[in-house]
Amino acid sequence: MEQIIQSFFNIEIVIAAFPFLLRGLAMTVLLCLVVIPLGLFGGLSLALVSTARSVLAKGLVVVYVDFFRAFPPLVLLIFIYFGVPFLGIDLHAFTAVTIGFFLNTSSYYGEIFRAGIESIPRGQKEAARSTGLTSVQTMVFVVIPQATRNVIPDLVSNTLEVVKLTSIASVVALPELLYAARQAQSITYNATPIIFAGMVYLICLWPLVRILRRFEHKKVALH
Amino acid sequence: MLNSFLFTYFNLPVMAEYLPSILEGFILTVELAAAIVVTGILAGFMLAVLRSFRVRFLNFFIVIFVDVLRALPPLVIIILFYFALPSVGVRMSGFTATWLSLSLVLTAFAEEIFWAGILAVPKGQWEAARSTGMSFLQTLGGVVLPQAVRITIPPLTNRTIAITKGTALGAVVAVGEILNQAQTGLSHSYNPSPLTLGALAYLVLFIPVVTLGRWVETRFAWKR
Repeated sequence: MEQIIQSFFNIEIVIAAFPFLLRGLAMTVLLCLVVIPLGLFGGLSLALVSTARSVLAKGLVVVYVDFFRAFPPLVLLIFIYFGVPFLGIDLHAFTAVTIGFFLNTSSYYGEIFRAGIESIPRGQKEAARSTGLTSVQTMVFVVIPQATRNVIPDLVSNTLEVVKLTSIASVVALPELLYAARQAQSITYNATPIIFAGMVYLICLWPLVRILRRFEHKKVALH
Repeated sequence: MLNSFLFTYFNLPVMAEYLPSILEGFILTVELAAAIVVTGILAGFMLAVLRSFRVRFLNFFIVIFVDVLRALPPLVIIILFYFALPSVGVRMSGFTATWLSLSLVLTAFAEEIFWAGILAVPKGQWEAARSTGMSFLQTLGGVVLPQAVRITIPPLTNRTIAITKGTALGAVVAVGEILNQAQTGLSHSYNPSPLTLGALAYLVLFIPVVTLGRWVETRFAWKR
């Protein structure tokens, strides 16, 4: 017991490593603030393209989505971070992470938005058009708001996954929370920073998990 | 320009040299993924069945377990097992750490999905079955679970695919799966072609799986 407290819940280590871990947390938050809006925007764009009449455009979106869903995000990240510099392009870890995450998350968000748009009955579109709205106005004011509302649980669930995913940025030495914890661990020879990082993730993400649970049970009740 | 591009990313001699190790990684990835899928789904199923007995005290712990594993990033769990547990004398290989972590994560997600499936079976089904004289277990096994499992297939397939892709995280704790082999190849040859080969290996492995997921989604879609 004594040993567990010593190695996992060592208050002195937490105090010593705290500023460092806090900076890591700030980087994680910054990463989320960049990656999540970008992914949502990319996903919505993909979904809109897939509503086009052109078979080619539709097909290209499916290929894009399936291609990037087939790669583990870490593989994309490693490929970009270690592979692209061979072209003579200097990539900062943050840029590499942003690009890799964009490719991955936009395809997941894209699938979600597509399902949402498909859930809107044709009559809605036809009614909107017949009142004189242009097709762009119909999309922006009639279809997208309803489509988004229909897929909010999936959007939240995917966003939770994206936040968790930011931890893999530690592999390319981006100093986010997990990286900071690993550094602190190797300096102090003590596992407390990792436990601490885990608790921070838990405290930040537990509310999201609870919200999701509510959504899921509501969905079941509807059936 | 094109030549130098090909030389850099599709260098055939380098690819030929590292093909065997990538193949080795491929097999290990498949083994790891299979082990995770079997463990995670079975354990998740058993937890959901256990939960349907509605023992308050037990369900409290199941919910906590599921919540915690849904909130923690898988890489954090793997690193905890591999780098933190040794300081209290618990040591495991990278393979075991990855297998155990991802299995636990899949267990949590699978439990939630199976449980949602069990809840989705209307109460009348329970009551009708029980009133014909079937026992609780007979009702659960013969009436409720067959219907519940059917509707869990699409979400479960998608979640399982997402989690098996996590096997790449094993590269961080020195499991010789595809990504790890590709990175080793890169650092030995100082040419990214092994990475290309690794990426191709993932495509070969996961494009059919993702397509299967798409198919399952339409095939088992909830029809109202």
